[in-house]
Amino acid sequence: MSDMNLALQTFAHEVDELLTEMEDALLDLEETPDDAERINSIFRAMHTIKGSSGLFGFDDIVAFTHEAETVLDQARNGQRAVDNDLISVLLACKDHTAHLVHHFLTNENEALPTSLQEQGKLLIVQLNGEKHSIVTSLNLPATQNEELDQLHVETKSTNSSDNWVISLDFKQDALRNGMDPLSFIRYLSTLGNIVEVITSMPNQAELEAMDPESCFLCFKIAFNSSVDKQTIESVFEFAAEDCDIHILPPYSRQDLYLKLLENQADDQLKRLGEMLIDIGALTNKEVVEVLAEQQLDEVSAEKPIGERLLEKNIVQQPNVEQALKKQEAVKQKIAKEANYIRVDAAKLDHLINLVGELVISDAAIRLVVQKKGLTDVDDVASTMGHLVEEIRDTALQLRMVQIGETFSRFQRVVRDVSKDLGKLIELQITGGETELDKTVVEKINDPLTHLVRNSLDHGIEIPEERLMAGKPEKGTVRLNAYHQAGRIVIQISDDGKGLDPERILAKAIAKGLVKPDQTLTENEIFNLIFAPGLSTKEEASNLSGRGVGMDVVKSNIEALRGSVAVTSKFGQGTTVTIHLPLTLAIIDGFMVEARQERYIIPLNMVEECVEMDSDEWQMDELQHYVNLRGEVLPYLRLGNFFQSHQKPVLQNSNTPQRESMVIVRVGDARAGFVVDELHGENQTVIKPLGKLFENLKGIGGATVLGSGDVALILDVHGLIQYAQQRLPANMLH
Amino acid sequence: MTVQSEQIDGVLQVSVQEDMTIYNAASIKDTFLNWCNSGVPELEVDLSAVEELDSTGLQLLLSLKAESQKRAFSLRLLGHSQAVIEVFELLKLSMYFGDPVVIPADWKKS
Repeated sequence: MSDMNLALQTFAHEVDELLTEMEDALLDLEETPDDAERINSIFRAMHTIKGSSGLFGFDDIVAFTHEAETVLDQARNGQRAVDNDLISVLLACKDHTAHLVHHFLTNENEALPTSLQEQGKLLIVQLNGEKHSIVTSLNLPATQNEELDQLHVETKSTNSSDNWVISLDFKQDALRNGMDPLSFIRYLSTLGNIVEVITSMPNQAELEAMDPESCFLCFKIAFNSSVDKQTIESVFEFAAEDCDIHILPPYSRQDLYLKLLENQADDQLKRLGEMLIDIGALTNKEVVEVLAEQQLDEVSAEKPIGERLLEKNIVQQPNVEQALKKQEAVKQKIAKEANYIRVDAAKLDHLINLVGELVISDAAIRLVVQKKGLTDVDDVASTMGHLVEEIRDTALQLRMVQIGETFSRFQRVVRDVSKDLGKLIELQITGGETELDKTVVEKINDPLTHLVRNSLDHGIEIPEERLMAGKPEKGTVRLNAYHQAGRIVIQISDDGKGLDPERILAKAIAKGLVKPDQTLTENEIFNLIFAPGLSTKEEASNLSGRGVGMDVVKSNIEALRGSVAVTSKFGQGTTVTIHLPLTLAIIDGFMVEARQERYIIPLNMVEECVEMDSDEWQMDELQHYVNLRGEVLPYLRLGNFFQSHQKPVLQNSNTPQRESMVIVRVGDARAGFVVDELHGENQTVIKPLGKLFENLKGIGGATVLGSGDVALILDVHGLIQYAQQRLPANMLH
Repeated sequence: MTVQSEQIDGVLQVSVQEDMTIYNAASIKDTFLNWCNSGVPELEVDLSAVEELDSTGLQLLLSLKAESQKRAFSLRLLGHSQAVIEVFELLKLSMYFGDPVVIPADWKKS
């Protein structure tokens, strides 16, 4: 039975992957409806699911997918046109298949509920119904092939000879700069056979007007030699500044290049230029030049390098095509390999735990080495320390996944929602290759969905409104991710109508969130949308606008030790920025000590450390606040807060010890923690506390120090809230 | 520039008596221009004394040839020196100038 379960699990995974692939392909197909490769992959998805379902005896799935498969087969053969209607139906089919599979996996032997049956029947009718859209001819693929054929013929005929074609176009100053074009050609003749030279002076008309010391010579040289392009180029190396040089390889080289490309190791992804240099079709200099040009040329900066190379006649069409093909193949291969290894998440977690222990042991070893002053051991220990660090980084990397997959799921959301709402919306995704911890990715999905839906619903206007406001009809929602200072930043932005600060403020005042006489900056007002119970949308739609959500989004993100903020320009758009820690397992901590107990504060929440001086800071010992450069700052004595039952150690009260205050900030909330000693930065491996301690106030976890002691990791957010609550309400601005 | 010139039966026979390099280019150009402006129907240039020919010299010869075609007088180069032959060979120019080139017996031995 357990074998069977395993097999079912694999089946579920497989179906999941295939359906995701199918959805991506379908969405792509909307853009390029004739892409045969995409149609094929959709067909394969349905076909494979049908096959595997058959193995498990899920006859209903087989029956349904069979219908879809038939239609897709027609589409594949060109008998059925792929239009938006068909794509919509197929998307629905994909969803239906997912429902079917889910049903059978959860209630194995039960019959299909009627709702699903009805839906299936309806979809089948839709699939088969529109026979009128059958395509009569197979025009497109044929012409494409013809075009290709022509291309091949052309390149063959124009370059049938077996010679290099070198064209040299000397600049006027060449002679004055001490160049003698003849000497280069003489040198060239030592490398091979100069078959033909065409010498011309296209820029010089009259003997009378000619400056005899300027150079007007242009040469086109047919050159027969077995040396490679790099060598030929090096002949003209000294003339490079005073001469435009183009070297076109002979046709016989073409085959060589193509063969080399074919055989190029496909273990890593290379850029087009690199590939062409590797096989010798292109020299480094040429690439650098073209790239520099690409940067300068703002108008057509989008033009790919391959096209530029072709335009300048530096390489020939087949080379670029082959190189691009190869690049694509390598990309796919790498993608496939990346998908290949499936590791049990529990194993990974165990590995991370072990690495955490390793980091702790390493710290312990260093401590001992330092204490005993073993210099020879110190060397070994530090080498090991480096290795441990590397292992730690690599192990954490294992859990990293690219956020792109999460992002691309929103394509579907955007598509569906924009249809529902009658808006034209495009989703732009950038930074999809940014990596972050798998657990973080999973947990960020819900808040992201919420934010994207918000943008779609509240942000982007309907087309007429957009046109009136002078914006393009099609709205844009952007998802962007990037790394910044050890944190990952995710941005959701739209070019919609933006937030209206006045309405938000009015609403917030009505809800009692702010006082009417309070003055807030625009940004502070915008960030009020994260307060509970605030929605500016007059009517709730079924998407968003009931005033629950943004506060949930905020607390979800803060649970991941992240933060969220919003900026907006009324009438122009809104950007929500989420900051997240890269990983949840190991953090940079700041260690402090209070009453012989050590505490860790996540370093990124520490704002500053100041010396506690009751005179200078005007401490209010009763109400627990200080005057920090004119600002009211609540503070907390960590020693008192965590060990209130213990009497302070005597010596402390006798000789007033110097205390420090660590000022921490979460979002806009700040507070000071008074501690006895600052220990500084510390690599902190977060250990969850046992079930018993889960509800402890103010503590988020624990870590083991190199000495074997346990230090508590502070739940800064909770502590700040506690400190602020103690403060009389009128103190808070 | 030192040239010897002699006009016999409407044929201007001249000979270039020095190297055709960038150092003399300006004066050679002026001389060539004078020849072109002299209005003779035929020009014979003896190159036997040219011991060095560089790109500037080559340019001047090419221009002279172009000029002769434009002004419709005939240009004959003769007595190609070794330096001239070598450049003409390298660039396959003999055909362009179309003059018979006499290759001396001790060619490329010096």
